[in-house]
Amino acid sequence: MKIKNIIITFVSAIAILFTTSVVSLAKVVGDKIILGAAISLTGKYSSNGVHTQNGYNMAVDRINDMGGIKVGGKTYKFDIIYYDDESNPKRAAQLAERLISQDGVEFMLGPYSSGLTKAIAPVTEKYGVPMVEANGASRSLFTKGYKYLFAVLAPANLYLDVAIETAVELNGGKGVRIAQAFEQDAFSQDVRLGILDAAERTGSKIIIDDKLPKELNDMAATLAKVKAVKPDVLVVSGHTKGALTAIRQIAEMKVDVPMLAMTHCDAAKLSKQHGKNSQYALCASQWHKTLTYKDDFFKDGMTYAADFEKLFGYDPPYQSAESSAALLVFKDAFERANSFDQKKVRDALADTNMQTFYGNIKFAEGGQNVDKPMVLFQVMCDDAGKCENKVVAPLKWASAELIHPIPKWSER
Amino acid sequence: MDFLIFQVPMLTLQAVLDGLLLGILFALIAYGMALQWGVMNIINIAQGDLVILGGYIAYFMYLYGIHPAWGVIVSPIIMYFVGVIIYKLVINKVVDRDLFISILATFGISILFMQLMNFAFGADVVLANSGYGTTMLFDNSVTLPNSKIFSAFISVVFAIGLVIYMKKSKLGRAIRATAQNARAAKILGVDTEKVYAATFGINAALCGVAGALISITFTIHPYMGLPYTIRSFMIVIVAGLGNLPGVAMSGMGLGVFEEFADYILGTEFRIGSVFLLLVLILVYRRFKLSRKREYLK
Repeated sequence: MKIKNIIITFVSAIAILFTTSVVSLAKVVGDKIILGAAISLTGKYSSNGVHTQNGYNMAVDRINDMGGIKVGGKTYKFDIIYYDDESNPKRAAQLAERLISQDGVEFMLGPYSSGLTKAIAPVTEKYGVPMVEANGASRSLFTKGYKYLFAVLAPANLYLDVAIETAVELNGGKGVRIAQAFEQDAFSQDVRLGILDAAERTGSKIIIDDKLPKELNDMAATLAKVKAVKPDVLVVSGHTKGALTAIRQIAEMKVDVPMLAMTHCDAAKLSKQHGKNSQYALCASQWHKTLTYKDDFFKDGMTYAADFEKLFGYDPPYQSAESSAALLVFKDAFERANSFDQKKVRDALADTNMQTFYGNIKFAEGGQNVDKPMVLFQVMCDDAGKCENKVVAPLKWASAELIHPIPKWSER
Repeated sequence: MDFLIFQVPMLTLQAVLDGLLLGILFALIAYGMALQWGVMNIINIAQGDLVILGGYIAYFMYLYGIHPAWGVIVSPIIMYFVGVIIYKLVINKVVDRDLFISILATFGISILFMQLMNFAFGADVVLANSGYGTTMLFDNSVTLPNSKIFSAFISVVFAIGLVIYMKKSKLGRAIRATAQNARAAKILGVDTEKVYAATFGINAALCGVAGALISITFTIHPYMGLPYTIRSFMIVIVAGLGNLPGVAMSGMGLGVFEEFADYILGTEFRIGSVFLLLVLILVYRRFKLSRKREYLK
C-alpha cells in the first residue's frame, strides 16, 4: 500500500514537471506577440496595479482592433500574460524569472511602482529582454546603465521641480524659503532630490526638511513647525496617504502657506475626498487629459479619457494613460525593427521618437523619457463646492491661471 | 535633531495637547487589550486590524451619506459580533494552550484580516470627514481639530461606561471573577465559555469605537493596523493588567512621548521611538521580574 502511494506521487510529480516544462509559450505564437507583465493585483499597490492593467488592456484591444502590428509583411496581434506580484518586490523578481525562463516571454511590460520595477530590471537585463515600463519613475532606475529598460514617463526628480521654479519666478526671481516633507521610499526621495537641485539652482533655502514614515497618518508636528516658521512653499510627497493626510491636517490646523505643492493628488482623488479644503493645492502629474498631444490610436487625451470611462467606468488616472502609451511604443518599435530579434527590437526602442496622446516619447541613454515635461495642475473649486483639476504649468497647456498666493484660511 | 519645539513655547503646548488627545484614544484600544489579556491570557496581535475594520464601518456609513460620528454607535455593535465569531471559530480552540500558541493564532487572524480588508475595500487610503472644524487657542497659534477633541471625549465616555458596567452588571462581575480565578468561578456556576466570548466581543467593540474615531481623525488603510497593536501592547505592559487608571495614564504618556519624538527626532522616528521604548520597558520589566523570582527561590 505504502509503495503504491509512493509510486503514484512519483508519477504525478513527473507528470506535473513534464507538462509545465513542455507547455512553455514562445514569444510569438501563430499571429500573436506575447508580452509578459507582473502586476500588483493584490496587496498595497493593488488599486494602482489595476489602473496599470486597465491601461495595458485598453491599448492591446485598440491596437489589435486597428490592424495589429506589421512585421515582415505579416500582421500580428498583442497578447499579455499577467501574474500577480502581490505588491512584493521579491515575488515580482521571481515572476519575471518565470515569465522569461518558463513561459518563454521575450518582451516585457513594467509592473506598478519604482520599487517593483527596480526588482524586475536586473532580471530582464540578465536575459536581454526589452522592457517598456510606465510606472517606475525613480531616478536610480536610469543611472544603473541598464540597456533593456525604457520608461515612457518623466523621472521622479522632475516632478515638483516646476513648482519651485514657478514660486521663484513669482517672487521676482529671488530664492524662496521651502518647507518639505517626504516619505522614505525610493520615489519620494527622488522627488526630494529634484527639489534640492532646484533649490540650489534658484538660490532658495530649505528651512524644514522632514521625512515621513511609511505608516504615516499624522503629520501635525511638521505642520505645526510650518506654522511657526512660515515658509513660501510647502512641498509634500508621500503617495496617496501623504496627500490625504496633508490636506486634512492643513485645513484642520489652518496652516497658511502661499504655495502648496504635492504628488499623487490624482490617485488620492483629493477634491472628491476633501472637497473645498483641497482647493489651491498644486499637483504634479505625468499627464492630464486636456493636454493636446495626438496619435492615430487614441486621438487625444479627451478622447482617451472618454473611451476609458466607457470601458472601465472611471476617469483615467495618469497611471493608466502612461501604461497605454507603453504598448504604442512597443508597436512602433516592432514595426521599425521589422523583426522579433530582441537585440534589434531593443535598438529600435532606443531610437524611438514619436508622439502619443500621452506625450512625446524619446529615450535618453539611461532609458528615461526626456521629451515629455511634467504638468502641474491646481485644484480649483466653484462656489457650489464643485472642484476640478486645471492645468496651470507649463504655460503652453495651461487652461487656467495659477492662483498665488493661496488666500489665508481666515479669508476663505 | 530639531529643537525648534523648545524655542517656541506654543509648539510645546501644541505637542502636549495633541499628545494627550491622541493618548486617550490609544488608551481605549489598550484597555480592550488589557481586559482580554487579563481574563483569557491572550495577547491579541489582531487588535490593530480590528481597529481598522471598525474604521471601515464608519467610513462606509460616511460614503452612504450618514455622518461618520454615528459610527461610534454602529461600529461597536457590529464589531461585538465579529469578536464573538472570531472567538467561537479560533480563540476558544487556543484559549487553554500556552501564550505562544495564542500569539501565533492571532497573528494569523491579523494577516487574514489585512488581506480580506484589502480584497473587500481596496488598497486606497480613505478617511471620513466629520466637518467639525477647529478650536483655536492663543490667537491661532495653537490649533486643536475638534475631531480630535471629539475622539478623546468619546473615548472617555466609553471607558467610564465600561468601568461602571464591569462593576455593576452581572456579566461584568462574572468577567472579573473569571479573571481572578477561572476555576473557582466555574465551580461557583459562572459559564466561563460565555464569559470568554463576551470578553472578546467587548474588546472588539472597543476596537470598533476606536476605529470609527480614527477614520474621523486620521486615515485608514488595510495595512495600518500593526502600529495600533504595538501601542496598545506597550501601554498594557507599562500599566499592568486590570489597572484602568494606569492604562489611561500610560496611554496619555505614550501620546505625549510620541509627539515629542516627532518634533525632536523627526516624523520618521515616531513609530521607531515607540518600538525602542517598548524594548527598553520589556528589558526593565524582565529585570524586575527576575529579581522577584530570585527572591522567591
